Amino acid sequence: MEQTNSDLKPNDARTDDWTARLHRATRATREDWLGRGISYLCIGVIILVVASMLWFITSKGIATFTQNHVNLWKFVSGTNWSPNQDQIGALPMIVGSFAVTFAAAIVATPFAVGTAIFMTEIAPNKGRKFLQPVIELLVGIPSVVYGFIGLAVVVPFMRHLVSGSGFGIISATFVLFVMVLPTITTMTVDSLRAVPRFYKEASLALGATRWQTVSRVILRAATPGILTAIIFGMARAFGEALAVQMVIGNAAIMPKNLISPAATLTSQLTTGIGDTIDGTLPSNALWSLALILLLMSLFFNALVRLIAKRGQLSHER
Amino acid sequence: MNAKQKDFLATITINVIVAAVVGILFFLLAYILISGLPHVSWSFLTGTTDSFSGAGGIGVQLFNSFYLLVLTMLISIPISLGAGIYLAEYAKDNWRTHLIRSAIEVLSSLPSVVVGLFGFLLFVVKFKIGFSVISGAIALTFFNLPLLTRNIEESLSAVPRNQREAGLSLGMSKWKTEIGIILPVALPGIVTGIVLSAGRVFGEAAALIYTAGQSAPVTNFADWNPMDAASPLNPLRPAETLAVHIWKVNTEGLANNAAQLSAAASAVLIIAVLLFNLGARVLGNYLYRRGTASK
Repeated sequence: MEQTNSDLKPNDARTDDWTARLHRATRATREDWLGRGISYLCIGVIILVVASMLWFITSKGIATFTQNHVNLWKFVSGTNWSPNQDQIGALPMIVGSFAVTFAAAIVATPFAVGTAIFMTEIAPNKGRKFLQPVIELLVGIPSVVYGFIGLAVVVPFMRHLVSGSGFGIISATFVLFVMVLPTITTMTVDSLRAVPRFYKEASLALGATRWQTVSRVILRAATPGILTAIIFGMARAFGEALAVQMVIGNAAIMPKNLISPAATLTSQLTTGIGDTIDGTLPSNALWSLALILLLMSLFFNALVRLIAKRGQLSHER
Repeated sequence: MNAKQKDFLATITINVIVAAVVGILFFLLAYILISGLPHVSWSFLTGTTDSFSGAGGIGVQLFNSFYLLVLTMLISIPISLGAGIYLAEYAKDNWRTHLIRSAIEVLSSLPSVVVGLFGFLLFVVKFKIGFSVISGAIALTFFNLPLLTRNIEESLSAVPRNQREAGLSLGMSKWKTEIGIILPVALPGIVTGIVLSAGRVFGEAAALIYTAGQSAPVTNFADWNPMDAASPLNPLRPAETLAVHIWKVNTEGLANNAAQLSAAASAVLIIAVLLFNLGARVLGNYLYRRGTASK
């Protein structure tokens, strides 16, 4: 390097030009920078969206407690919801949401697990070819259509079966059951498929029947996956708004039984948010309901992670 | 009861369960199509809605649904493509990447009503844009981004490593390899994912009620200047979509044939979504065949 320099005249313009050129980024490098920049920007946009969503809804949701000085405990345990008279007890909606979520999960799980066993163990080829599109179709049907069918079929049916309006938790459960069924089924199928083949072979080689193998080996090994599937289904049921709102009756009172009109967090939000003035107590109270929804969604998320982690550990042991 | 009998009983039970699930789907489809299709006519598909009772045709709503879908896709495809490339190519396996993945997971698991409310808060309340097509499209983008990003990342990651090595060994930049070699190979998966997500966006309503609005002002379909207030392309006008229309007719509709109206609209919606699902499969297979030269 030094020799080259001493050979040439120190202020040769051409040398400077060449060093500069050699040090300059090539076209490929510049392309790389550009590409890297674009992809970082895009991921940045998504992070920004998530962060601002969490921030905005949290800050709006806690305004009820920080600005209107409502007692947090009174909010979650109060049973009287009439925001215009400064009564904001959210318990009826919280109970309603949990009731429909658990009921839907309890009804849907046996159906989902049964279908998944059929697809993986009983008739893997036929089951897959035939049931896969069926489940995809069930996923594809928009939630308002489920709501419409609930309104047109389930509600009159319940009205017929038991007296009353037909609107209520049980109708919502029916609708949600069909909506979460494909979610739980697909994920259960995945976790059943992930069970190592030799587990099954070992069990069958010991002379176990198919059902013994399925119930004692395969289902047991796939339990973390199935639990995750159920929680995903519950998260979907908890957050579902329109279909539930159409069939539950939207009465913000403590649900006494399964067939009287009730309300969920989502149904109250859908019906209420447009009628309130921003910044007032009724509006803030609704945002607090939205915050509960958000927190529950985060909770389901954390639960899934926890189960996945423990599932991994138990497999490694 | 011995083990064999139990096995038999369990098999029967599972068969009954499967039959019930299939039965439910056929009942749903048959119910919507049988109760809805007789009321679908050309005048229903193109007619205007009576803004007071909600009766009448669904022409404007149908247009709004497609317009919103196109806008949503125009915004969300580039962003999720970039984000997908980041996750598949640039993301290192460290805490930052884990954080990003968790954020995307959180976004995808948020209830659509929460996403819609955020859109409402941001556009309608904070920016004072009001109920508009563009607010709705951005809210749908929020809802669409995580799923599309994950789909694109998975499609890109599924491309064999040696394709990347081949590109890089030719002295191409990483970016050019990505765009010129990896992306075309991953395209069938990506297109399938996009069309499937289009079907989902098309049927989404909860995120739109308070962003795109619940009114469908009569628009002048002869006016294609996006700046005019009466133009169907104006992104600042409120736009009720088909799915929102079904919800509205059912909950607060005053039309005396509300049930028929929503059955017909549901039938149209279902057919559109089915076409999207079918289209995804056909298009994916076609692109796969073209891309891999396997007949």
